[in-house]
Amino acid sequence: MLELIIAIVILLSLIIYALLGGADFGGGMWSLLAFGPRARQQRDAIADALAPIWEANHVWLILIIVLLFTGFPPAFAGMMTALNIPMMAMLLGIVLRGSMFIFRQYDLKEGAVRRRWNTIFGVASFLTPFFQGLTLGALATGQIRIEQGRVLTGFFAGWLTPFALACGVFALGLFAFLAATYLTLDTRDNPVLQNDFRLRALASGLALAPIAWIVFVTSKEGAPAMYHGLTRWWAPVLLAWTSVCALVALAALWRRRFRLARVAAIGQVTFILAGWALAQYPNLITPDVTVGNAAAPERTLRLLIMALGFGALVLLPSLGYLFYLFKGRAKRAV
Amino acid sequence: MAMSLAFHIIFAAMGVGMPLLMALAEGLFLRTKNPVYLDLCHRWAKGTAILFAVGAVSGTVLSFELGLLWPKFMAGAGAIIGMPFSFEGFAFFTEAIFLGVFLYGWNRVPPLAHWLAGVMVAVSGMASAVFVVTANAWMNAPAGFKFAGGTFTDIDPVAAMLNRASFHEAHHMVLAALVATSFMVAAVHAFLLLRDPASAFHRAALGLALGLAGVSLPLQFLSGDASARTDAILQPAKLAAMEAHFRTETQAPLLVGGIPDPQTMTTRGALSIPAGLSFLAAHDTKAKVTGLEDFPRDLWPNVRVVHWAFDLMVGSALVMLAVLVWLGALRLRHGRPLENKTALRALVAVGPLGFVALESGWVVTEVGRQPWIIYGVMRTSEAVTPMRGLIVPFSVFTLVYVVLAIIVAVLLRQQFLEPHA
Repeated sequence: MLELIIAIVILLSLIIYALLGGADFGGGMWSLLAFGPRARQQRDAIADALAPIWEANHVWLILIIVLLFTGFPPAFAGMMTALNIPMMAMLLGIVLRGSMFIFRQYDLKEGAVRRRWNTIFGVASFLTPFFQGLTLGALATGQIRIEQGRVLTGFFAGWLTPFALACGVFALGLFAFLAATYLTLDTRDNPVLQNDFRLRALASGLALAPIAWIVFVTSKEGAPAMYHGLTRWWAPVLLAWTSVCALVALAALWRRRFRLARVAAIGQVTFILAGWALAQYPNLITPDVTVGNAAAPERTLRLLIMALGFGALVLLPSLGYLFYLFKGRAKRAV
Repeated sequence: MAMSLAFHIIFAAMGVGMPLLMALAEGLFLRTKNPVYLDLCHRWAKGTAILFAVGAVSGTVLSFELGLLWPKFMAGAGAIIGMPFSFEGFAFFTEAIFLGVFLYGWNRVPPLAHWLAGVMVAVSGMASAVFVVTANAWMNAPAGFKFAGGTFTDIDPVAAMLNRASFHEAHHMVLAALVATSFMVAAVHAFLLLRDPASAFHRAALGLALGLAGVSLPLQFLSGDASARTDAILQPAKLAAMEAHFRTETQAPLLVGGIPDPQTMTTRGALSIPAGLSFLAAHDTKAKVTGLEDFPRDLWPNVRVVHWAFDLMVGSALVMLAVLVWLGALRLRHGRPLENKTALRALVAVGPLGFVALESGWVVTEVGRQPWIIYGVMRTSEAVTPMRGLIVPFSVFTLVYVVLAIIVAVLLRQQFLEPHA
């Protein structure tokens, strides 16, 4: 029971991380892909949107890791051993993304140097979510075998499969779509820029459909347990909700109802991750490590839940304040 | 891992010290309405932003590396010391949120709220340092579990967090961060004041930094003394290695410098202070101090490294103290120590010593614990990942960190050389 609560909190954190941190990566991708006469303006708009909040958004990832190694220590140890290589690649991406963004913001020199920071920032924004998606995919393949805390399948199992690679690409598409949708609201003072991001959101939103289909098809061979989960009774319900959200988001973008589009996009991502978690449950690393058999002792779990409650009391109002200040309706009081 | 930590610890320490200075500067501005303090706060805030970002990403790397490099340690210890890490996560979260408000909210929140955001950054920065160090303290003074047959049972995370080394390590580390930051900042501004002697800006900056240094450094000596006595009880082998103390004896002398030789169990060329060690370890010149000879040789840490690192740490602290005392004396004599060019040059010279002391102190506590990863429970070699070829990620990250450090230095330099309004 207690371990289920922790698992749900981890899932919620993961969803929030995807919604916030994921969008920051998407912003980085669009920054790299900016082209045309307004490329510079697009990059600046992205940087302005990210600057006050990306550090806070990034901490959700740290929270996930900490919850994982406190609540499910053997699962953490297993993942970090079996997926050592993609994790290292992801970390490199995180280091480069964060530091290059701050260099870009604070380097007083204009021109070539700054463009270089921006380029590395953009490349790292692709690298990191790709490996995040790939890692999540690898956990579901069932190819990582663990016995008595020992990883039996070496360092290459799971993550080099078509399914895991498709998951990586899917994460890229999803985050790009989220970011472009959010940016339509961040640029509401500038209709031309807003339209640029609207078109990008529509393009990436449409591109998601075939990628999702590839993920589903490859899961049959690549992640049988997950495929089986996705064909259970609740799957059509979740799938329907996800599709409704996706269609509403696209239609709202088309009709320039940007607030509605943001809500629908958030709903879409939430349903996708919730569905993924349901299909994966109770496995953490399919098939050997589960929520049940990897849980820390009850006493640790109980204290962890208390710590979470206490932390939430401080954290949620603070986060609310941050987003109210920088993303709320309030007009800039410059 | 060690390299990541050594890198991260610098940024983390600045992350504890800089927000405090920044909040102090804004507080002074709110009280005195002197625009110099506001300018100072703006510049320090920019520096903080750069350092914080790099500290944050290098900290993320560490949280992963715990598992990437020490999976067996984490599989066993995760449930025990996850607690302080969770609290650290929250403290860090708070720090990131309010840093966002602070950096980008100048025109969006009232001045008092803005200052309070700065205070929150400083407080949560310190809190997260305390929590992380608690986890490290547990590795030195394990508590809150039973260990039998390779598994941990009867886990009590609260007892683990309140282990007997926590308190000492926590205040020692926080003070170390403050000392290191304030001396570094003082050195930068002393250097710039030498170039531009009329600048009220650098004068104000130096005043604040030296104020912080003057409070934190003397406290650090008290804290270090308490830590040494705790070590004498908890980890006698570490203390013995720190002092290159091979034989168990009463009225043990304190050895400074020299070349410890583990083969002959002697230390050549050291300055010996009679009964000094007994006094340090127990505040009693006649006390008996356990030497390394009482421990099996395979449980010895690397005596040379630990002893030299320890002397380097104490030596750096003493040099910094000497400079502070000198500045204090100048002030008492004619009230304007900052007019004295030699004193400013001395400040520039000792600037990095705070970090030298910080890093060498960390070497003492980590190398001094070897061969254990969890003192008396698990050896480091038992915890390491089966992954081979670790030299590849190690080299890549070292290279990346070196490059990052250079860029950070260049950017910080830019911020301070930008002409003043």
